[in-house]
Amino acid sequence: MAAKFGFACTIYMGAEDVHRQRPNVFWMEKLGATVVPVTTGSKTLKDAINEAFRDWVSNMDTTHYVMGTVCGPHPFPEMVAWFQSIIGKEARQQILKSFGRLPARVYACVGGGSNAMGIFQGFLDEKDVELIGVEAGGKGIATGKHAVRLAAQDASPGVAQGYKTMFLQDSDGQMLDTHSVAAGLDYVGVSPILTDLWERGRVRFEAATDQEVMAALDLTIKKEGIIPALESTHAFVQAFKEAGSLSPDQAIIINQSGRGDKDIFTIAHAFADPSWKAFIREKGAEYAAY
Amino acid sequence: MQLTDTIRARKAQKDILLMTHLVLGYPSFAVNREVIGQMVENGVDVIELQIPFSEPVADGPMILKANQEAIASGVKVRECLDFAAEMAACHPIPFLFMTYYNILFKYGVGDFIKKSKEIGIQGFIVPDLPPEEGEEYLRLCGEHGLAPIQIFAPTSSEERMRTLAGHGQGFIYCVARRGVTGSKTEFDRPFNDYLARCRRATELPLAVGFGISSREDVAALRGKADLAVIGTATIRLVEEQGPEAVGPFLAGLR
Ligand SMILES: Cc1ncc(COP(=O)(O)O)c(C=O)c1O
Repeated sequence: MAAKFGFACTIYMGAEDVHRQRPNVFWMEKLGATVVPVTTGSKTLKDAINEAFRDWVSNMDTTHYVMGTVCGPHPFPEMVAWFQSIIGKEARQQILKSFGRLPARVYACVGGGSNAMGIFQGFLDEKDVELIGVEAGGKGIATGKHAVRLAAQDASPGVAQGYKTMFLQDSDGQMLDTHSVAAGLDYVGVSPILTDLWERGRVRFEAATDQEVMAALDLTIKKEGIIPALESTHAFVQAFKEAGSLSPDQAIIINQSGRGDKDIFTIAHAFADPSWKAFIREKGAEYAAY
Repeated sequence: MQLTDTIRARKAQKDILLMTHLVLGYPSFAVNREVIGQMVENGVDVIELQIPFSEPVADGPMILKANQEAIASGVKVRECLDFAAEMAACHPIPFLFMTYYNILFKYGVGDFIKKSKEIGIQGFIVPDLPPEEGEEYLRLCGEHGLAPIQIFAPTSSEERMRTLAGHGQGFIYCVARRGVTGSKTEFDRPFNDYLARCRRATELPLAVGFGISSREDVAALRGKADLAVIGTATIRLVEEQGPEAVGPFLAGLR
């Protein structure tokens, strides 16, 4: 957007995420953005949001704050939800056209919740369409290394980053570190709009572990010939778990919020791919020789 | 005596008051104790005790680091309350809590305010709680006679300032410039115009903070503000020269 309109653009990104999502950083820089790695706190999304706020309050006269997800102070959650609603509108039209009826279920991964809010808005008023948000189970809920705010009991109500929702926090109200193989789901809070939909029973929440995600990714690549992002693959995990309970005349939608290209380093590492590793070593040696 | 009256009474004796700030448990409660002793000895008028929070969005690098290191070293809210009780009992000046709303919210807003009253705290600075979202907090502060200090910023319209002032007690915290704690403030024409707008919007005493670190800064506020707030500067000083440097630094400010 900034490149298209000729705006100067600064992106705050957790230092850990800069490392994990290096291809995204490369493309953002190519598009003309300045990417600032944030080294405070957990060095992930939450800390990047804090730094973006600090920049914004310092440069309010000349700068717009663009929130990457359906969180933050009013009116950002509603703004982002509205921008993302195009996904649900189009998905609804497309499934009616290709399948002739509404889906039985819609699955979406939930970090902050923007892709989920986007697609769910196409079906919110349809009582027969079940909406399922899938959070990052990380290394498993029992380990505490996860980002499950709604699908388990670990989170509690809190107020931070300008909004009230369920946060992963300790009994003093200090935010906890989260973990996920998918940088985009590795966040302590969740959209207050989704929390409301969850409280009212409109959206069901589930969690997928890192390990389940890698298995589902492998399956999706081999059987469907597509490469979903690690974030999106969380939605695939849950859909695969539940697909067996559908009748042949029912359909589901899985929201593929992004492509896995950006995750090539993480995915290749997780699959311990020997030829990829050899290639990286070779490239490393090539650059080291300059 | 309630905070507003205490400040007015002190202001009648001096041409500008000093409010200092520190982050509880950073680098340790023992150092906090020593620093507060020096602050009181050197004539500081009000002390702001920041209860650390993991997401201090209004704070710049120095205070952010202090918050995170305090939490990492295991500082708990209950310890902060105990320490504040000790300080309020042994020093004859007003102590305030500065923190972010989640700390109150998790403790229970009512319980937190009641407890603060019990231990002798006189008011709160909660930068991420606009009055529209703080109905319970404002009501309970009123019931317990604690000052819910409101914050003006250069981006506040005069109408907004009046609304904020209507909810405030004690004094108004005027953020000296757009931004977060720590970096330098220019005391130029626009700054003076801003302070004049603040002055017109409220009868409450005005405190000016963010980037105040020298005798010249404090002098620039004389006649325009009631309190000068020193935050990052003392934390940095303790970090670089140790707690014993705080007394001479403060003594040299006025
Ligand atoms: C591909 C992809 N999907 C999903 C997400 C999660 O964000 P949200 O829950 O806001 O859709 C991200 C976040 O970076 C992402 O990159």
